Amino acid sequence: MSFAVTPVSAQDGAPQVNEPTPANPADMPTPAPNWPKPVKDDRVLTYVTFDELEGRTNGPNTSFRWDGEGWIGTDFNKFWFKSEGFVTNSVASDGDQEFLYDRPIPHLRYLDWQAGARLDIDSGPKRAWVALGIEGLSPYFFNFAPTFYVRDGGHVAGRLEGYYDLYLTQRLILQPQVEMNFYSQADPARGIGTGLSELDGGVRLGYQFSRKFAPYIGYTYTGAFGQTATFSRQAGQPTGEHRFVFGIWLWH
Amino acid sequence: MPGRDLTLTRRRFVQGVAAAGVAAFVGGNFIRADAEAIAQTPPILTGNHFDLAIEPHEVDFTGKRRKAIKINGLLPGPTLKWREGDTVTIAVTNHLSEPASIHWHGVRVPSDMDGVPGLSFAGIAPGKTFVYRIPVVQNGTYWYHSHYGGQEQVGLYGGLIIEPRDEDPIAYDRDYVVLLNDWTDTDPYTLYGNLKKQSDYYNFHKRTAGTFIDDARSKGFRSTVADRLRWGRNDMIPADIADVNSSTYIYLMNGNPPGADWTALFNAGERVRLRFVNASSMTIFDVRIPALPMTVVQADGNCLHPVTVDEFRIGVAETYDIIVQPHENKAYTVFAQPEARGRYARGTLAPRMGMTAEIPPMDSYPLRTMADMGMAGMKGMQRSGMSSDQMPGMKDMSASGMEDSDTSAMTETHMAGPTGRFSDPLSGKTSLPQPGPRTTRLIPPPSQMTVRPTQTLEGEVPLQVGPEVVTVMKTSPKLRDPGDGLSGNGRRVLTYADLRALYKGVDGRQPTREIVLHLTGNMERFIWGFDGRKFSEAGPIHLKLGERVRFVLINDTMMEHPIHLHGLWSELENGSGEFAPYKHTLIIKPAERLTCLVSADTPGRWAFHCHLLYHMDAGMFRTVIVS
Repeated sequence: MSFAVTPVSAQDGAPQVNEPTPANPADMPTPAPNWPKPVKDDRVLTYVTFDELEGRTNGPNTSFRWDGEGWIGTDFNKFWFKSEGFVTNSVASDGDQEFLYDRPIPHLRYLDWQAGARLDIDSGPKRAWVALGIEGLSPYFFNFAPTFYVRDGGHVAGRLEGYYDLYLTQRLILQPQVEMNFYSQADPARGIGTGLSELDGGVRLGYQFSRKFAPYIGYTYTGAFGQTATFSRQAGQPTGEHRFVFGIWLWH
Repeated sequence: MPGRDLTLTRRRFVQGVAAAGVAAFVGGNFIRADAEAIAQTPPILTGNHFDLAIEPHEVDFTGKRRKAIKINGLLPGPTLKWREGDTVTIAVTNHLSEPASIHWHGVRVPSDMDGVPGLSFAGIAPGKTFVYRIPVVQNGTYWYHSHYGGQEQVGLYGGLIIEPRDEDPIAYDRDYVVLLNDWTDTDPYTLYGNLKKQSDYYNFHKRTAGTFIDDARSKGFRSTVADRLRWGRNDMIPADIADVNSSTYIYLMNGNPPGADWTALFNAGERVRLRFVNASSMTIFDVRIPALPMTVVQADGNCLHPVTVDEFRIGVAETYDIIVQPHENKAYTVFAQPEARGRYARGTLAPRMGMTAEIPPMDSYPLRTMADMGMAGMKGMQRSGMSSDQMPGMKDMSASGMEDSDTSAMTETHMAGPTGRFSDPLSGKTSLPQPGPRTTRLIPPPSQMTVRPTQTLEGEVPLQVGPEVVTVMKTSPKLRDPGDGLSGNGRRVLTYADLRALYKGVDGRQPTREIVLHLTGNMERFIWGFDGRKFSEAGPIHLKLGERVRFVLINDTMMEHPIHLHGLWSELENGSGEFAPYKHTLIIKPAERLTCLVSADTPGRWAFHCHLLYHMDAGMFRTVIVS
C-alpha cells in the first residue's frame, strides 16, 4: 500500500542529474570551491550582557549605575567592549570604557587574556590607558577579571573584579560581587589617590524569569580609601556609602 | 507463514481503518497536545522512484506556531520502503530559501549520493531538484534526514525500510516504524547561540543551596561539602546530563506529542515488530513497554541473535528493531523517556483505537559519578538481558550463513551482488555485502596467526588540557554498563555486550592499523571536537581503499556521544568475535574506551561525527577519505 504523491515538476527545466561515483578512486571529484563546509564550527557570534543595570538609592539620593560588556567573534578571536559608570544628578563618574582583543589562554580551560585600550569618559577629565588582563572562571566557579592599565607619565592602575553566582533554587540567584581599583600615582583632577582607591561591592538577589532576563534587588557598599578618601572629604563627598539597589540582569 | 491469509486479511482491514484516519490528516499540520487529537502516522511510499518535496511549513506542537520543514507536507516525512537489490531514484526538490540535503543514514551509497553538503555535493540549491540514484545492497530499518544547518531539528527526517531480498529471518505479523524525536519552539541557530553564551542555559538540575541541604540531610554535612568541592575544583557539574532537554524540548513519537497518543494496533498473540528509530537531534531515549518484554532482533539495520530485555537505551541516530508478542487484549504504553528525564515521548500498543494504558512514572534524574570522570571505582558489571534460541521473533533457523564451512576456498568465492559479479572485494568496485543468509566470511582470516596489528599512533596526539580539552581521563571499556540512570531500576536493560550478530562478519582480516581518536570538549565554552581540535582546525582522516582498520574511540568528556561514520560499517568489538554487530552509530559513554573494526571498502569522502546536532556544529566532525 502506498500513498502516491503527485510528482513535483522540476524547476528551471531538466532536473539536476548527477554523475555516478567513478569506479576508479583516483577519479573521485574534489569539492568545488563553491561547496559549503559540511559543518560551520567557526561562526561569528555576538553577546551583550549587563552585570549591573540598576538604581542605587539611600532614600533621598538615587544614582543610576551600569556595568556591561559584550563581544563579537569566534571561539578563538573576540573583540570585547566593556562599559561602566554612574550617573548622579546628571553628573557621570567612574566612566570606564574598554575595547579589548580577547583570546583563550593556551593550556588553561576557562581563562582568556585581553589586551586593548581603556578610556575614562565621564564628566571628569578624560584619560586613555593601555589595558592588559585576564577574564574567566577560576576553580570553584568564581568569575574574575584582573586587569592592568598603563598610561603616559608612568601611571599604572589595576582593577580586580569578581563575582559568584550562588543558586538558591534553579532560578533564584544570590550574587556577591566586588570591584577594587588601585593606582600607582594620584590623579587629583579625577579625585583619585594612590594605592587602593575605591571598592565597590554588593550582594544581589535576582530571579531568572528567563535566563536572559532577571530582575534583582540588593545592597551595595561603595568606599573610598587612603588618599582618595581625603580627596572625597575635601570635595564634601561621602567616603563610604551604603545603598539599596534594584535592577535587571540582561543578556542577549 | 502459517495461517497467513487470515492474518493478512485482518491486518489489511485494520490498516485500512488507520489509513482512513491518516488520509484525513495527511497535509494537515495542526496537532494539539491534548488527548482528543487523532494521532498521525507517516504514510509509507513504495516502489523504485520517489519524489520528495522539501517545503517550509508552520506547525503548532505546544500552542505556539513555529516554522518547520515538511517533506511532501508531512512531518515526519513519509516512510520510504525500498527493496534490497533494486536501484532506487529519489528526486528531491528543495523549496526552501536555503540549501538542503537528504542523507540516508546507515545506507551504503556511492560517495556522491551520501547527501552531505561539502563532502558529497554542493547541497540542493533553493528551487533545484537533485536525483539520488542508489543501488540498494542491504536490508533493514534505517532513516533519512537533512545534513544542513538545523534542518534536522525542525522536521527534515523520516523512516526508511529496506525489505530483504531473501526470506526475512525475523518472523512477525505486523510492523510499525516508531520515530522518536525532540521538538523545540526555539530556532536552532538561537539555541546554538544560547549554548555558546551560557552552556548551562538549559540545565535546571543544578546543584543549589536547596540540593545542598537535602544532600547534607541524607549524606551528612562533611561528605556533601567534600563532594561539592571535588566537582567544583574542576569546574564540573555532576548534573550535566544533556545539553538540551525538557526545559525546551517536547518529545514526539512519529510526530505526535504524548497527548496525541500515537497508537499501533495488534491482535492478541501476534508478533509485532517495532522499528525504533532515534530521529532526534540531541536526545538519548530509554525505551520500555511496561508489562511487555521486548526481544531485540536488529540494531542499526543488522540482524542480531535475539535478546529479551525490559528496556533499552537508544542513542541519537541508532535504530533497534524489537518484537513484542502481547497475549492479552489490553493496551500497553510505549514509553520513551529521555536520559535527562523531565518530559517523555509516548504511544500505545492496543487491540483497538482509543484504548490507553497507564503511563509509568518517570525515573529519577541521573547524576554523573566519579566513574564518569574516569576515577575511583568501576560501576557494577551486571549482565543484563539473556539470549535464547527460542525467542519469539526469530524463525527456526537452519544454520545457513552461520557455518564455518570450508573457509580455505573462500578467497575465490564469488558473491552475487547487485551488479551480478563480485570479483575483488577490496577493489572498491563493489562494497562488501551486508552479512546475511547468503554471505560467508568472504575475506578469511590469515591461515597462520600474524603478528599483532601494529600500534601506529595514527592520529593519536598527546592530549593536553586547554581551551578545547577540559579533562583527560582514565578510560576503560564499559560494554556491560547500560549507562547512567539505568542501573538498579529492577529491569533488564540492554547493553552493548548483549549485541551478537546473527550472521558472521564478511571480512575476517585483522586490522593493520589503529586509528585512535579522543572525544574532547569544553562544556563551558561549548567547544567540541576530536583530539582537542574542531573540524575547522583539523585535517581529514585518510584510509587506504581496501584496508581494514580499528578505530579506538576514547571519550575524554563527561557526556555520552553517539558517534556515526558514514558510508562504511563499524563492527563493534564487544567480545562476539566473528559475530561482532555491524553498527553505523555507537554511543561512547563518559570515560569509556570503545573499539570497532572498519573495512574501507568504498571510496569517497565520508563524514565522521558526533550525532548530537549542536556538538557536531560546534566542531565534533571529521572527514574520512577513502581512496
